[in-house]
Amino acid sequence: MSAPDSTMRPTEPERYELREVTLRLDGNGTTRREFIKTLGGGLVVVLVTKSAFAWGRPGAGDAAVSETEEPPEEIGAWLHIGEDGAVTVYTGKVEFGQGIRTSLAQELAEELHVPLSSVTLVMGDTDLTPFDMGTFGSRSTPQMGTQLRKVGAAARELLLGLAAERWQVNRATLIAKDGQIVGAKGKSLSYGALTDGRPLTEVVREDVALTPADEWVVAGTSEPRVNERALVTGTHRYPSDMVLPDMLYGKVLRPTSIGATLGQVDTSATEALPGVTVHHDGDFVGVAAPNTFAAEQALETIQAIWKRAPGPEPSSDDIYEYLRKTPRPQTSGFHEGGFIERPHVVGDVAAALASADHRVTRTYNVAYIAHVPLEPRAALAQWTDEHDGPKLTVWTGTQRPFAVQEQLATAFGMPKERVRVIVPDTGAGYGGKHTGECAVEAARLAKAAGKPVTVRWTREEEFRWAYFRPAGVIDVDAGISRDGKITAWAFDNYNSGSAAIRPMYAIPNQRIEFHPSESPLRQGSYRGLAATANHFAREMHVDELAHTIGMDPVAFRLKNLDDDRLAAVFKSAAEKFGWGDKVPDGHGVGIGGGFEKGGYVATAVEVAVDRARGGVKLVRAVTAFDCGAIVNPDGLRHQIEGALIQGIGGALFEAIDFAHAVITNAHLAEYRVPRFSDVPPIEVVLVNRKDQPSFGAGETPIMGLAPAVGAAIFDAVGVRVATLPMARGGIDLSKAQTPVGNG
Amino acid sequence: MKMTLEVNGTRHEIDVDPARSLLGVLREELGLTGTKYGCGESECGACTVLLGGRAVHSCVTPVASAAGTPVTTIEGLPKDGVLHPVQQAFLNEGAFQCAYCTPGMIMRAVALLAETPAPSEQQVKDGLEGNVCRCGTHPRVIAAVQRAATLSANGGHG
Repeated sequence: MSAPDSTMRPTEPERYELREVTLRLDGNGTTRREFIKTLGGGLVVVLVTKSAFAWGRPGAGDAAVSETEEPPEEIGAWLHIGEDGAVTVYTGKVEFGQGIRTSLAQELAEELHVPLSSVTLVMGDTDLTPFDMGTFGSRSTPQMGTQLRKVGAAARELLLGLAAERWQVNRATLIAKDGQIVGAKGKSLSYGALTDGRPLTEVVREDVALTPADEWVVAGTSEPRVNERALVTGTHRYPSDMVLPDMLYGKVLRPTSIGATLGQVDTSATEALPGVTVHHDGDFVGVAAPNTFAAEQALETIQAIWKRAPGPEPSSDDIYEYLRKTPRPQTSGFHEGGFIERPHVVGDVAAALASADHRVTRTYNVAYIAHVPLEPRAALAQWTDEHDGPKLTVWTGTQRPFAVQEQLATAFGMPKERVRVIVPDTGAGYGGKHTGECAVEAARLAKAAGKPVTVRWTREEEFRWAYFRPAGVIDVDAGISRDGKITAWAFDNYNSGSAAIRPMYAIPNQRIEFHPSESPLRQGSYRGLAATANHFAREMHVDELAHTIGMDPVAFRLKNLDDDRLAAVFKSAAEKFGWGDKVPDGHGVGIGGGFEKGGYVATAVEVAVDRARGGVKLVRAVTAFDCGAIVNPDGLRHQIEGALIQGIGGALFEAIDFAHAVITNAHLAEYRVPRFSDVPPIEVVLVNRKDQPSFGAGETPIMGLAPAVGAAIFDAVGVRVATLPMARGGIDLSKAQTPVGNG
Repeated sequence: MKMTLEVNGTRHEIDVDPARSLLGVLREELGLTGTKYGCGESECGACTVLLGGRAVHSCVTPVASAAGTPVTTIEGLPKDGVLHPVQQAFLNEGAFQCAYCTPGMIMRAVALLAETPAPSEQQVKDGLEGNVCRCGTHPRVIAAVQRAATLSANGGHG
């Protein structure tokens, strides 16, 4: 590296010196401006972006923004390049096993032109990272990935400009490479050295050109996890591993039934225990003790009488009837399963159904299921006295750190900048950790005890007091012509949710409606939201339509699709699977797929049905998936395989049982999750569309499996199982029809 | 109750309630948080450690019953900074997502390979049936255990 010519510095001081960053900082402004100053020497680049709620949809570009109104500006991302060349990127996204700590770093490194090893991500820390809605909806790749690419590209351009000014050369003669600016005759200077140890801050906007995917060098490759060694040596600290000096272990007294309120409580025996803090406030009773065992023992000494909640207590046996008959008065806004929309109507469904050559009507049911992240909810809370008042810091595994920050601020009646939420890389969530109840519990106990307190839920607490994927009922009424065109489609979804509720098939007459219900159980997001339920009903029904006229289910789909990318994944999956090949007696094959959140999926499976007991076993599965330009192929395969395997549980045997406002299978011995013996050989076909923007893959690959399995069960034994899970305790073979086999 | 717990070759004199779980003592008294709580009911395998070379679920193992028998946890597997072949194989296969199940999977696999040095795919599946992975890394875990068998046969320690 050649030294810079001293006669050519300094560069424009007014342009690059630290200046006040006036931005919408979401209540943490002071903290963040101070924080940026504390970074000291080096370059800070802040990306300001239009507020983009970029839900993946076909044709959506980098920022799916309404064109009719000007969206507010917000901070998309920021990064710091230290004097030593270390790049630190700050993002409000969190790592829950999906691999974004690696893939986002790849995207940043790609545009900034630095080695991946020089990039560190600071994630999910409300004091340090830009506001973020949360890590859900498969938005990390299309939205955050794009923002990081932009901030990386903008930073690279700034550095090129800085070098051009310093060397007084045309910037077009310079290139940025491996963390250095390289000029003519081998002259070069590292990014860090370019800042001369001065604190520089620059605000950039998002109108910056990005590198096309077919020119990617770092992105687009199967980089292993950046922190993989910590993961196999047990040194990574998950939320439930966090400790502080003098920390106590908290436990919370739980009601005897859902919604029960505390009648009487006697904690006198508990309070007499040495080293135990008891906190009672309203319906909250909790203890903090020197270890978990002591806390559990203390909890058992509490005498409490709970009052049952009034109202109906439907059970898992009559839930579907209940959901259909118990509408929720709300007619618009956000529902756990998605946005509530007006009925979607095209053409005249009633007339088209009446005049259809064939009409098929069926009701599908979907059970409540639990996420069962292997790490149950956990939080560590610490109250400290700062010069300007009390501050609460909570380490917890939540997919929505900024929402939990607000939840804590509300719970304790304090401004949210007095609350800091930090999310260590967490032991999974799958949509099940959007909330901060555990964080609030830990903070209450820590306040009462005057010491840091950790609350780590048990598996049973996770089953009883977290939330579930909504149960639902879906009525489908469809008409087809004898040559295999779907002519009418009526689809009524009760409570499952609206995600992917509209068919991807070209159907001239449609009426689609989501009807929210009163749910007796706490419900919320789950991998794919309602897309799994809606695809199950839709694709099962499409399979039945195909069989009604004796048409091959793949050919039938291709005839009714007008989306080339979706048709392509169906063709790819069918080809890789060997669709049409003979399978053994008692086996069946099926296919299902669809589109959601920017991803196109088709899954083909072979199942074996045990005719004596009705047991169903997956023999093999093939999934073809297209989510645009692939950022990390191996990471993508991981997400697809993982979604398929997780989907086996919901398809075949996972269901929450409940009666009299009590979950009756709140243990892993009673709630079956997929295990090694359930997992078939899986083949994944990646369709890499480098000409298309990159979308996420955490959710959509789960959607095709259940309907494919349902179709395969029908193919094997002639039974249409219309309830998820399909084979808990075996399927009822007494209802077998003669299948029109395609296997 | 006073007892001696030997963990990863180090003897610890501890004074704890003998009914506490080995898991709780490892994590909360000895600071060895690599071993995970997953269910507390011997159903998920996240808490698997080696007790005298045998894989046990530390969540249902009373600490008193472990006194006097060598315990190995995930932290004790690397030798002189070199990963155990099973750890190395998990890295090579990328056999984890959130990785919360990984320590338990690795400990179970170490015990399996000690008994069955060259397991078939079915033997690996049978051996790991009690270990839950919710992220769905099963095919890679199977590949990793079989790769570890090869690494061990070729002279890796463990």
